[in-house]
Amino acid sequence: MSISLTPKAAAQVRKALDKRCSGLGLRLAIKTSGCSGYAYALEFADAVNDDDVLFESEGVNIVVDARSLPLLDGTQLDWTREGLNEGFRFHNPNASATCGCGESFAV
Amino acid sequence: MALLQIAEPGQSAAPHRHRLAVGIDLGTTNSLVATVRSGQAVALADDQGRLLLPSVVHYDASGTVTVGEAARERLSDDPLNTIASAKRLIGRPLAELDPALVHYELVERHGEAAVRTAAGIKTPSEVGAEVLRVLKARAEATLGGELIGAVVTVPAYFDEAQRQATKEAARLAGLPVLRLLNEPTAAAVAYGLDHGSEGVFVVYDLGGGTFDISILRLTRGVFEVLATHGDAMLGGDDFDNVIVDWFKAQTGNAGWSTADAARLARAARSAKEALSARDDVVMQCAVADGGQRSAVLDRATFESLGKPLIDRTLSCVRQALGDAALRADEVDGVILVGGATRMPQVKRAVAQVFGREPLTNVDPDQVVAIGAAIQADQLAGNRDAGANGMLLLDVCPLSLGIETMGGLVEKIIPRNSTIPTARAQDFTTFKDGQTAISLHVLQGERELVSECRSLARFELRGIPPMVAGAARIRVTFQIDADGLLSVSAYEKSSGVQAHIEVKPTHGLGNEQITDMLREAIDSAESDAALRMLREAEVDARRLLDATEAALREDGTELLSHDEYRAIVQRMQCLADVLEQLAMDEGQQADALPRQREALQQASAALNQVTTEFAARRMDAKIRKALGGMRLDDVPC
Repeated sequence: MSISLTPKAAAQVRKALDKRCSGLGLRLAIKTSGCSGYAYALEFADAVNDDDVLFESEGVNIVVDARSLPLLDGTQLDWTREGLNEGFRFHNPNASATCGCGESFAV
Repeated sequence: MALLQIAEPGQSAAPHRHRLAVGIDLGTTNSLVATVRSGQAVALADDQGRLLLPSVVHYDASGTVTVGEAARERLSDDPLNTIASAKRLIGRPLAELDPALVHYELVERHGEAAVRTAAGIKTPSEVGAEVLRVLKARAEATLGGELIGAVVTVPAYFDEAQRQATKEAARLAGLPVLRLLNEPTAAAVAYGLDHGSEGVFVVYDLGGGTFDISILRLTRGVFEVLATHGDAMLGGDDFDNVIVDWFKAQTGNAGWSTADAARLARAARSAKEALSARDDVVMQCAVADGGQRSAVLDRATFESLGKPLIDRTLSCVRQALGDAALRADEVDGVILVGGATRMPQVKRAVAQVFGREPLTNVDPDQVVAIGAAIQADQLAGNRDAGANGMLLLDVCPLSLGIETMGGLVEKIIPRNSTIPTARAQDFTTFKDGQTAISLHVLQGERELVSECRSLARFELRGIPPMVAGAARIRVTFQIDADGLLSVSAYEKSSGVQAHIEVKPTHGLGNEQITDMLREAIDSAESDAALRMLREAEVDARRLLDATEAALREDGTELLSHDEYRAIVQRMQCLADVLEQLAMDEGQQADALPRQREALQQASAALNQVTTEFAARRMDAKIRKALGGMRLDDVPC
């Protein structure tokens, strides 16, 4: 089982956490919604629940709940820039089809 | 493909449900757009990394529109078609504007000032829309989606017409306005003052070309504007100008051509900016004749050059404090807004006046846009409505009311009411058989219509004929969250109604509002006396009308010839007093009580001779009603 961040993504997460002045790390989750069945959720993690699994990558804590983990295993989170827009992108080996919007995927 | 941002715990939006909302600071000199991303409010840059968009629009004859830096460069070579500072014109009638204010040609359009350009006549709202359109496109490119709307900021002293015109600009740009927010309030929000701290805050806003000072009181999430003051012709650019003058004096006044002006202004600006961090700077400027001139400007010299300008801002500060009846040490915090407040001497001067260090940790260029972005994020529903989700409220700066008989103003929404708000009041007809009522919406603190500002007029028609005073007309004033006013009138028995949205008529400047408030206080006593006189006049007219109607109906039947004549005589006396009053209009205030006394005496005299007549009419009415009825049938 592994979840990782690219160095660029990790730097952004650290920056966001610093500015926020609180938070343990980053929470990655899967929600069953969206146009292709599943959708990613990316949040600050303020607490760790009993069924959470912890990872660490590039010095950033990553929290994933046990139900989401099978669908996220092997995922690498990257930070990219597209023109003026910049943000995080999931590279998920489990996803067989990604919806055009990138927020939603099918297994 | 959309890129993801980090959300607050439990608040990541479902796919395609991201509600992208921005805050826009539509400034006189520069504008910018900000949004909340990954929990932080940030200003958005264009593709060259520039945050500030000069609020300048250039129109050429072919219809090409240029906005921003490129338009600003046309200011010197095509001044008539390059519109800068359109915010000074927005929502204001031509008559109120000083043509020397701008370098382009002003014309009148629908009662509002507009600009004649090579591409046709452009209203200030259309110019503002071009700026908003660029910022909207920048935000949509940056956020990767369509905006659901924006919070657009306006100066605290903007009146209904100016706010309406700003909203119109957003509508033209295809940008839904979530709400308009007062600039000082936005700055306070950017510092998080809306949650937690209560107290009095001063916002010192020295922009490129305007200076505004606002004093806000925050109580339970409501910002009340206690006072505003400012100088519409004072800003950071004036500091550049004193450097330019100094540089010319140092290096020789001769030999400058108009082509050098822009270069010299740029050199002055960079010297000014450099002096915020250094003690001296070598200022250089190439001259069109091929030469190069330079001089060393040190900070002490610059500070003494700029001192008169800073002193002007401080006198505004003192006036605003005076208007709010506050001492400098009663202020709980001072916020600096506007790029010009980066100058160390400005910070020092403000700190000295208030005896405390001003808040400066949010970038003064961005602070208003950032506050607006935070508010936009809340309004878009991206933040939960918990402790931090409190929607802050503003207040209306001047009372709103309608004209009643005698040229008096009946205030319906008092000044400093928190908005949004709705208030209703019932009115009635003045004349028998009156089928229409004209509603005149006014803004101001004075008792007389002529001393207040007219906002709108409309009519309620189709009231069924009734005796005077029988109709019940409910007038409702509603101010929405943007401070925009709508007025409706509804006659209860017939159900007829009429409605108006306050359209731009003409606007009030910062100083006019404070002047209006000051006048209202200064003349409170004479206003009250005048009001009482006008009310006595209205009563007298009503009495005359009622007596006349009664005479017509029953006069010959119930009165002897002498009695009839006596009444007519007293009516004539009263009518004479009223006529005399109309001729004496505008006399000394000390005559008012005497005039009112004369009026009341004449009214009382008429009342006296009609008392017997009224009693006889009453008896006759009862006889008529009961005639032919048995005692048992009389309803109790």
